[in-house]
Amino acid sequence: MESESIRYPGARAPDRSRPVDAGGLRLAVYEWGDPGAPPLLLAHGGFDFARTFDVFAPLLAAGGWRVVSWDQRGHGDSEHAALYNWDADARDALAVLDATSHAPIPFVGHSKGGSVLLHLADACPHRVTRMVNIDGLPSRSRHPDVATHERTRLLAEELAGWLDHRRRAAGLERKSGTLDDLARRRGRMNPRLSHEWLRYLANAGARCDADGWRWKIDPALRFGGFGPWRPEWTLQRLPGLSVPMLGFLASVSEPMGWDTTQEILRPYLPPDAEIHTLADTGHFIHIERPREVADRVLRFLA
Amino acid sequence: MSAVSLRHDKVTLALHPLRAANGGRPLLLLHGRGERSPARVPAALAGWPGGIWALDFTGHGESTIPRGGGYTAEILMADADAALAHLGAATLVGRGLGAYVALLLAGARPRSVRGAILCDGAGLAGGGPRPVTPSIAAPAEAGAGPPDPFALIDLARDVRPPDYATSFVRQASQLSGLERPLSVCAVERPDWLAAVVEEPGVERTTLAEALGHYAAVA
Repeated sequence: MESESIRYPGARAPDRSRPVDAGGLRLAVYEWGDPGAPPLLLAHGGFDFARTFDVFAPLLAAGGWRVVSWDQRGHGDSEHAALYNWDADARDALAVLDATSHAPIPFVGHSKGGSVLLHLADACPHRVTRMVNIDGLPSRSRHPDVATHERTRLLAEELAGWLDHRRRAAGLERKSGTLDDLARRRGRMNPRLSHEWLRYLANAGARCDADGWRWKIDPALRFGGFGPWRPEWTLQRLPGLSVPMLGFLASVSEPMGWDTTQEILRPYLPPDAEIHTLADTGHFIHIERPREVADRVLRFLA
Repeated sequence: MSAVSLRHDKVTLALHPLRAANGGRPLLLLHGRGERSPARVPAALAGWPGGIWALDFTGHGESTIPRGGGYTAEILMADADAALAHLGAATLVGRGLGAYVALLLAGARPRSVRGAILCDGAGLAGGGPRPVTPSIAAPAEAGAGPPDPFALIDLARDVRPPDYATSFVRQASQLSGLERPLSVCAVERPDWLAAVVEEPGVERTTLAEALGHYAAVA
């Protein structure tokens, strides 16, 4: 099997996997580390999947943790859903937590996964002991420097574009290709990650059809979009956070990044928060600097 | 007449013809949260000159109940857009949740929505103008319904900021070519609707007047 033959330095497939039922939807849950070790919950970002932690999670596991992660609905090996929203992602996270531990445990989340876990911590403060957020604090206000009449036009294009996408969604398939093709395409969104790593990821996050490889992610999912949500809604969950928080911020802007700075966060930070901005690092902080991030997380959780 | 099945991604939607077309533009009814399409033409709409259709939203009536919830007003707007794709240009009458969806669609498909009439009904307020204390609710009985218990939960928490709602009014006003793309008959005025009625292009009126107005619009 090809998935056995592709290796990446330091990467290790999960030690165990199990399905979890989330309101009738099947989620794929993965674990690294000793099954008897204390658990922590690790959440991936949008358009990622749990195995993007294949280097980072084993480092946390080696530090004495049972690392539990899952593919979010529509991502990786979890079931494709008819509907996706924030509350559903938080419900799914709680289903994974319920199937892992009823005692409070640390939460670690990257990007959108960090925001979902912040929501979960606010909804269920009795379930969390410590919070690690890896570039998962949003701040980007879209088109801040565009005049109102231009915004109307942009919104019109966005709305029509999204509805047109929904009209086609039933017949959509991800574009097929070789593993190298998939890695190259992904590289456009992840310009700072090596081709070798992206090819390793493609092997875990894509399936091999008769006409080539395809990312497993639900083709109905789409970047961008619109909706009532605004970044302050997530930032406003920070000041009341009841547990110590360790945050990491990127210093290099890139397509999937959130461009949040210490200055933006300062008014929202709870007294116990510690925020590290890593020099010359993009949005995928734990992939670019797995050892450094894991060491800081392990010290924080000790 | 039996329902038309429309495909929206993984969901099959039921679009009910309540009255055959006899010329004139179709009227599309959008029901409230937890409701379903009426079985026959409501008396108040009988004077409409064209065909009359009613859509069951995802998780409601005869449409698919998906697993695991995740409802948003935006995805229901795409449900209604699937009906527009079948019917062509139409006038919308929405109750409650369906009124909010009608507003969104009037802004997003300004050339195809020839007037939207916003009426009282279940789920008009949604989750209010801003997020409240987060809570994670799951239905006691997943898989029940219709209506899908997840729909009842999610669509009572769907945040509707007034400035978000008015951005759809402006889309409709600027791009529909209609002087009055929206008519509000609802008595209940949640924050989003209170902001909407203050916008140019929105008329506060009765259902009968609004139907008469849009029947005469080309």
